[in-house]
Amino acid sequence: MAAITMLEGIRQAIFEEMDRDPAVVALGEDIGVYGGAFKVTEGLLARFGPERVIDAPISETAIVGAACGMGYLGLRPIVEMQFIDFIACCFNQVTNFVAKSHYRWGAPVPMVLRGPSGGGVHGGPFHSANPEMYFMHTPGLKIIYPSTAYDAKGLLKSAVRDNNPVLFFEHKYLYRRIKEEIPAEEYTVPIGKAVVRREGKDLTILSYAAMVHTSLEAAETLAKEGIDAEVIDLRTLLPLDRDAILASVKKTNKLLVVHEDTRTGGIAGEIAALVCEGAFEDLDGPIARVTALDTPTPYSPPLEERFLPNAEKVAAAARDLAKY
Amino acid sequence: MADVIMPQMGESIFEGTITKWLKKPGDKIERDEPLFEISTDKVDAEIPSPSAGVLKEIKVNEGQTVPIQTVVAVIDADGASAGTSTAASAPAPAPAKAEAPAQASAPPKSEAPPKPAPSPAASALRAAAPSPAAASSSAPPQRPGGEKIRSSPLVRRIARENNVDLSQIPGTGAGGRISKHDIRAAIEGGSASRTSSGAATAPARATSAPPPAAGGAAASAVLETAVPREKMYFGHYEVQPMSVMRQRIAEHMVLSKRVSPHVYSVDEVNVSGIAALRSKMKDKFEQSSGTKLTFMPFFVRAAVEGLRAFPTVNSSVDGTNIVLHKECNIGIAVALDWGLIVPVIKNAEEKNFLGIARALNDLAERARTKKLKPEEVAESTFSITNPGVFGGLFGLPVINQPNVAILGLGTIEKRPVVVDDAIAIRSMVYLTLSYDHRVVDGAVAHQFMGKVKHTLENWTESIL
Repeated sequence: MAAITMLEGIRQAIFEEMDRDPAVVALGEDIGVYGGAFKVTEGLLARFGPERVIDAPISETAIVGAACGMGYLGLRPIVEMQFIDFIACCFNQVTNFVAKSHYRWGAPVPMVLRGPSGGGVHGGPFHSANPEMYFMHTPGLKIIYPSTAYDAKGLLKSAVRDNNPVLFFEHKYLYRRIKEEIPAEEYTVPIGKAVVRREGKDLTILSYAAMVHTSLEAAETLAKEGIDAEVIDLRTLLPLDRDAILASVKKTNKLLVVHEDTRTGGIAGEIAALVCEGAFEDLDGPIARVTALDTPTPYSPPLEERFLPNAEKVAAAARDLAKY
Repeated sequence: MADVIMPQMGESIFEGTITKWLKKPGDKIERDEPLFEISTDKVDAEIPSPSAGVLKEIKVNEGQTVPIQTVVAVIDADGASAGTSTAASAPAPAPAKAEAPAQASAPPKSEAPPKPAPSPAASALRAAAPSPAAASSSAPPQRPGGEKIRSSPLVRRIARENNVDLSQIPGTGAGGRISKHDIRAAIEGGSASRTSSGAATAPARATSAPPPAAGGAAASAVLETAVPREKMYFGHYEVQPMSVMRQRIAEHMVLSKRVSPHVYSVDEVNVSGIAALRSKMKDKFEQSSGTKLTFMPFFVRAAVEGLRAFPTVNSSVDGTNIVLHKECNIGIAVALDWGLIVPVIKNAEEKNFLGIARALNDLAERARTKKLKPEEVAESTFSITNPGVFGGLFGLPVINQPNVAILGLGTIEKRPVVVDDAIAIRSMVYLTLSYDHRVVDGAVAHQFMGKVKHTLENWTESIL
């Protein structure tokens, strides 16, 4: 079995789920004839027809509103945001209707809202968003942000089968940069479970999406200096895998959270609070974080490099924490 | 010279951390020029120099936290005039900052750690006087010198669970912080001084809770348990951590028993003559010498006679060598409320009776008031212990290493004895000798005891 990209993993998941369940439909801007801005849905229209693969007008509000109604009527829509930045346009639909529907009317919306996210590709301020924290604060949603082809496929399949709304963020930097062999047979990856990507004993680096690879790169550098870092991939942000986080902190006693999202109000703050609540007396140092700066993503490549975390910055923070 | 102090940056602020020195020793500085940066609970601030001159010395490094008023640096005002071309314009040495009280008082000192007790033998010279100072109260979390101890929640929890005094652990983390590795190393290495006041840190446990996570974590290998730890914790119990002294005694006793094959012999000695002499001379002796007349100096003198006659008993064993000591340094076990210590009468063979009596009383008194010097509890060549003072008919003591023998004194009491086929009443005492059979054989031991017995029963020496 040949190695596949994360993009291909996502594509396979959509195809397999639409094959498996006729209730699964796809809609979004340019997903049909054009095959999607990143070609994730290429071939989908030919395979499943225009009734199940719908090219939508340029209105995120309309798309999510329509998908919400489809969900009420028994369909399981997979909605694509051409760039995840545009999710801001349908914020009201997602937070006020989709997320609250199950609580308010007992009418869960089995919707997956997916799209390319993240920076590092010189996409500038409107095409590099990491929007997870707008939605972390919205009860009723689940948020998935995978880092590997295997996880992207397995988690997307789980998301489609989930009876409640799931936001599925696909880091565009990873779309074609990582490749891995995945099983030929069908599998899913459970929502809400973190995974240890690298075992270590000196400190824990907690991350997700593209920063998992950055953290692993930093961990290799650190290993040469005698610092043995454990790297954990959260995979699901909401709900957070509290048990996995606390278990690792209790083992290494030091925590560094790395996220590509901006600093203030970033997920590191929530994780820090969670660790203080659950493992304060296991901490042998302050909870540290490496994040993007508190600015919009700059378009200028050198500025973007400065703005984003990288392996060097992660290693430097880890060194300080190890020394502490 | 002008002292630079840690200023008080607001009410209820009692310490500050120096985050950065803006000058190096030797640098010239003007009055009110920023000298260092501090961080307190309330503010981060640049502190201006209180005077012009040359920064002579930095006393508190970056990252260290000190109480307010602590002297953090010294400025040499003369250096300014010497080093400045416009000497006339050099300001006079200014005292410390106006808004802060001028001089720094020495930071509070936490109590010095208890000295590792030398390993005593089995019992005591006499009942120790009650000592209210037995358990040194644990000071606030500071190092000697007043520096705040920097650790982490984890380190403090490990310290609490293992009853470790953090002020005794060197920190290797950033800014001298005690890290997880520091405290684990200290506990495993046994160098951590456990807080001597168990009650202060280890809540007495009167419960059937599960065993503490790391019961004997700090115990050395010789304090291994003979049964699985779980079997010790049942019903209602209280867990008391061992003091450092107790740990040293325990280690020493295990080692001595492990290293030296102990043999015991018991002799009965008629001390009627000595008892009579003591009754008769007691008051006079005290008046004339200023020290009390007890039985102990008689036994020390007798032991010295025995050691001089049988030098093997006054030796140490080094592998296949026997180290025969030329001095007779007699260790005397003194019972304390908080343990046991063995001060040593050095060169007892050169001392007369009065000299020994004085040395004994002096050492015993200072043992009880914790005023012994380290060298006064070292280099014994033979030891004596007195379980008799607590009413023991006789005891079989453990050898005080690196000695090869220890003399145990039983209680002195009148007993009916056969004298010339008649039953008579005599003051009698049982003497026991525990000896190391690697070098001392029964014949030598009994000859030694015979010499001691003979000296005591035929006392001729003038005691004054």
